[in-house]
Amino acid sequence: MAEGRNLAGVVGLCDDVESLLRAASAVRAAGYREWDCHTPYPVHGLDRAMGLKASPIPAICLAAGFAGAGVALLMQWWMSAVDYPVRIGGKPLYSWPAFVPIVFELFVLFSALATVCCVLVLCRLGRWHSPLHDSDVMRLVTSDRFAVVLRQEDRLFAEQEAAALLARSGCREVRPLYEREEDGSLI
Amino acid sequence: MTPESAVVAVSSLEAGPLVLGEVDFRKLEDDINRPLESFPTRRWWIAISCTGLLAALFVYAFLHTVFTGIGAWGNNNPVGWAWDITNFVFWIGIGHAGTLISAILFLLRQRWRTAIARFAEAMTVFAVICALQFPLVHTGRPWLAYWLLPLPNANGIWVNFRSPLLWDVFAVSTYGTVSFLFWYTGLLPDLATVRDRARHGLRRTIYGILSLGWQGSNRAWSHYEKAYLLFAGLSTPLVLSVHSVVSFDFATSVIPGWHATIFPPYFVAGAIFSGFAMVATLIVIMRKFFRLEHVVTEDHLDVMNRIIIATSLMVGYAYATEVFIAWYSGAAYERYVFVNRAFGHYAWAYWTMVACNVVIPQVLWIRKVRRTVLLLYPVVILVNVGMWFERFVIVVTSLHRDYLPSSWDVFSPTWVDVSLFVGSIGVFLTLMLLFARFLPAVSLAETKAILPGSQPRARQGARPGGDGHG
Repeated sequence: MAEGRNLAGVVGLCDDVESLLRAASAVRAAGYREWDCHTPYPVHGLDRAMGLKASPIPAICLAAGFAGAGVALLMQWWMSAVDYPVRIGGKPLYSWPAFVPIVFELFVLFSALATVCCVLVLCRLGRWHSPLHDSDVMRLVTSDRFAVVLRQEDRLFAEQEAAALLARSGCREVRPLYEREEDGSLI
Repeated sequence: MTPESAVVAVSSLEAGPLVLGEVDFRKLEDDINRPLESFPTRRWWIAISCTGLLAALFVYAFLHTVFTGIGAWGNNNPVGWAWDITNFVFWIGIGHAGTLISAILFLLRQRWRTAIARFAEAMTVFAVICALQFPLVHTGRPWLAYWLLPLPNANGIWVNFRSPLLWDVFAVSTYGTVSFLFWYTGLLPDLATVRDRARHGLRRTIYGILSLGWQGSNRAWSHYEKAYLLFAGLSTPLVLSVHSVVSFDFATSVIPGWHATIFPPYFVAGAIFSGFAMVATLIVIMRKFFRLEHVVTEDHLDVMNRIIIATSLMVGYAYATEVFIAWYSGAAYERYVFVNRAFGHYAWAYWTMVACNVVIPQVLWIRKVRRTVLLLYPVVILVNVGMWFERFVIVVTSLHRDYLPSSWDVFSPTWVDVSLFVGSIGVFLTLMLLFARFLPAVSLAETKAILPGSQPRARQGARPGGDGHG
């Protein structure tokens, strides 16, 4: 192992989606947990091949939307009918039909903000550093190649076996993945 | 009718290739990234100098208004709303095509949208920015704009939630926020690609930060895809609500010519009509100068022009309905407004509107016109003009003859009105030029995903919303 860098895992590179799907299914079948695929665009069927669970985002988004609608209705009721009632010709103070547009807008606003927060958290954004950069793999997977990464944190991980598994299951090129030691640079 | 069959005419593109020629991922990336990675051409500098000057004119006219007061405009009593609100509605409408393309066509599984979606979304964001300037400056004291929000204050009073003007504050600010988030979320994977193509360290760092550390991980894609679908689902009713709420500003008042139940659908159709005309206006230039004719093909122009003619017919139908209802209602003031629109002081504006929005777009029935840049270009430009006049006709002709003949007056714009409007076009185009120079104007990830061979054979053409994108 070279000076100043640590083994982070093993990466297998594929040239086409068919072999990526084969490799992903094989890794999943072997029982790995700390692993991932990296692709330049979303590949149909890869979620199933990797055995990923459905994203919780829709439920969170819906809940946030109803929260937004509730906040909007409460706010308009309290401000217009309780705290600052404006009496005009005996018209009802809690005139809910007039409040519908803002209830709708805040439903959408809260859902959208919740969705973005979910993306930030669940997609693990805001972490600029990655071993894929250090091992020169990132520029491939954001362009035209597909990678399967087995990380050394996995309890099954052993460099030789992991590399052999990837090579056997259809990756055209298998490399060790290194991580630079912290040097203060962002990416 | 199912959504699929409703757009069957449009989806004829599905039969042909979406990207022309022999294109692999690398070639596509090189083509789309060329404007970002090469020094700007002389044409770009000339263009941005012109639009920058206009933007400076906008800033000058804005400051002049703030320091002088809105008496610097031609507005008077009874024409209290004039070019300011006309421009506001015009720009908001322009933005609507962007959301339609990115959200509604995504839900309808129109894969051709990929080539123009990013560009149209950027247009939405910038158009909303332009639109917001007009109500802001119309307040006269823009630094007090936060008074529009329900914030606790020493007077113990609250904003009026029964006013459509306040609904507008919520609708437009939500629309601006959601459009920006949708656009930026869509940009993340492409910013990562630009980061990884960067040769210079600083460039790599800047795009790296902007990409938020996107790694193309499939665990991330899986959430991202769902989020994108949800954004499309949220934006679709949002875009319909925004122009409906804008139309309520007029429709809930008692001014003849404004007080009409047809306004919400009429405004939404008009917004899509004007927005597509603006997309076509700009994308024709972009594909030419950035040599992207194989990505944004004649088929794309054809489909956009079909939408333009469909919405033109809707708008024409709304004009006819308005006139019919004015006659049929028997209301004297309502009848007078429409006679006055067609034959009064502003008749030239009314007939400009009818000619540009209803008559001239009919040439788009001819296939050759839809597909030939030089023929379609004058048409879409005139649609932009016509839609501005539509808003002018609605706002000004109704106000300048109100119920009391003694208060009748005529509006004519001052140089400040003209500078603000022309300047806002400059602001918009400057932002578009900067966008085209610094960000990928066509979605790389989405376009890669529709290239032949990019998806597993068994699932080629699977549902975009399911677990694949585009």
